[in-house]
Amino acid sequence: MSVLYVNGQRVEVPAGASVAAAIAQVTADFRRSVSGESRAPLCGMGICFECRVSIDGVAHRRSCMTPAEDGMQVQTDSGRLDRHAP
Amino acid sequence: MTLRFDVLIVGAGPAGLAAAQAAASHGARVGLLDAQARLGGQVWRHDVRHPAPGAARDAINALKQVTFLGQHQVIAAEPQRLLVETPQGAEHLSYATLILATGARELLLPFPGWTLPGVTGAGGLQALVKQAWPIAGKRVVVAGTGPLLLAAAATLRKHGAHLLGIVEQAPQSAVHAFARQLLHWPARAVQAVGLRARLAGVPYRFGSIVRHAYGEQQLGAIEIEDAHGKQRLDCDHLALGYGLLPNTELAQLLGCALDYGTPEQASAHPHVIVDRLLRTSVADVYAAGEACGIGGLAAARIEGAIAGHAAAGAEAAASALLPRRAKERRFASLLAKHFALDPRLHQLATPQTIICRCEDVTLSALDGFTDARAAKLATRCGMGACQGRICGSALAELGRFPRSGSRPPLFPARLSSLVQATPSLSDEISRSST
Repeated sequence: MSVLYVNGQRVEVPAGASVAAAIAQVTADFRRSVSGESRAPLCGMGICFECRVSIDGVAHRRSCMTPAEDGMQVQTDSGRLDRHAP
Repeated sequence: MTLRFDVLIVGAGPAGLAAAQAAASHGARVGLLDAQARLGGQVWRHDVRHPAPGAARDAINALKQVTFLGQHQVIAAEPQRLLVETPQGAEHLSYATLILATGARELLLPFPGWTLPGVTGAGGLQALVKQAWPIAGKRVVVAGTGPLLLAAAATLRKHGAHLLGIVEQAPQSAVHAFARQLLHWPARAVQAVGLRARLAGVPYRFGSIVRHAYGEQQLGAIEIEDAHGKQRLDCDHLALGYGLLPNTELAQLLGCALDYGTPEQASAHPHVIVDRLLRTSVADVYAAGEACGIGGLAAARIEGAIAGHAAAGAEAAASALLPRRAKERRFASLLAKHFALDPRLHQLATPQTIICRCEDVTLSALDGFTDARAAKLATRCGMGACQGRICGSALAELGRFPRSGSRPPLFPARLSSLVQATPSLSDEISRSST
């Protein structure tokens, strides 16, 4: 079991889970495209980059390729947008 | 830092695992790298809730005296060495011989609504679910073509998905003709029967295609078309698999000669050309498995072993496996024949459908372009993070234009990684970014 944070929300996932699986518990909106569309994992294998998020302050990490670890701070584009909303 | 290997293998799926074991059995110093964190590749991807198939466990347990380098992404190639990026930084891996076991990815075809969250590859959703993506109780439609749909569906069901149906584009006559051929392949027939049993009660439709996905912020419904007309179906996930295509980007970067299809079966997607001992056109570089053309799991395992023996200089051991290779490759051509894509699938995208998901370029914006480079310069199509792996392959499949060549960095990389490249490579990288 790992405990991590997605847009500040505490999430538990089983050992060996991907960060993508943790995010999916919180939101289907992983990133915003250049024209503002919501996007989420497509290929599931590190090819398409639709699942990219910020992990511990490092942008553009592929969440489907990254094993979830205790204490990770994950930020999606939507999480960032919501925080700055009026 | 530079690690040195006698035999370096890129890709730790079935072909790479077999290659590593074979090469190490002759005393070679073997490195096995993969962009994923764990051994197994896609077909044998670790499942967090269920045990691995026996063959996968055996292949992984058989590895002795092999250095596994997980989360190592190749970003550039120089003579006799690769530049790889890891979560911690970058390093060089040098080799006497290199084996490309880079596998395959799914062919993903654009259609209205395909960019909605909830629309994934079929093998893609299977991979996500194996690593704990929440699927229990979710309404899932698996669509596309070929027996891989059944394998994906079985995994999803095992994890608690509510399967609404499997939508196969091939007509019933083709699927039944394929099933009859399975009598000549008893092991596969047993596998197929087992899969169908695990999917008991799940509707399996033939000659049907998904034309449209609907939803606001995420997928809510799809439209399925068959001979009787169109039907709308509410669902949470659509898992689509229209077949596989070889990952040839690294081979191309190394200068390996590529080809398209076979005399029996045309293809819009390249594979690596190899000789009988799986040598590519570049000295000291071998290729095995799906990179040499889609051949399936059994062919990949045998080819991995052939390449591993040959790369370690054990030509006799490699040659002994050649008859088995030929047999498994015959099965692959059977698959390609019976599950050929319905031409309607090439017509699903409308002028407004986004083709390049990285740069949000629509199909109509690409009208009039006859090569990938011109289209990229004018529209940014293929210029994003996936480097055209999704849109470029889709456009090739649709008959618009073939993908352009591959240049370093092979994947988006950190600046700190790129500065470790040698001066000549740095020049090439800065040229390719302009």
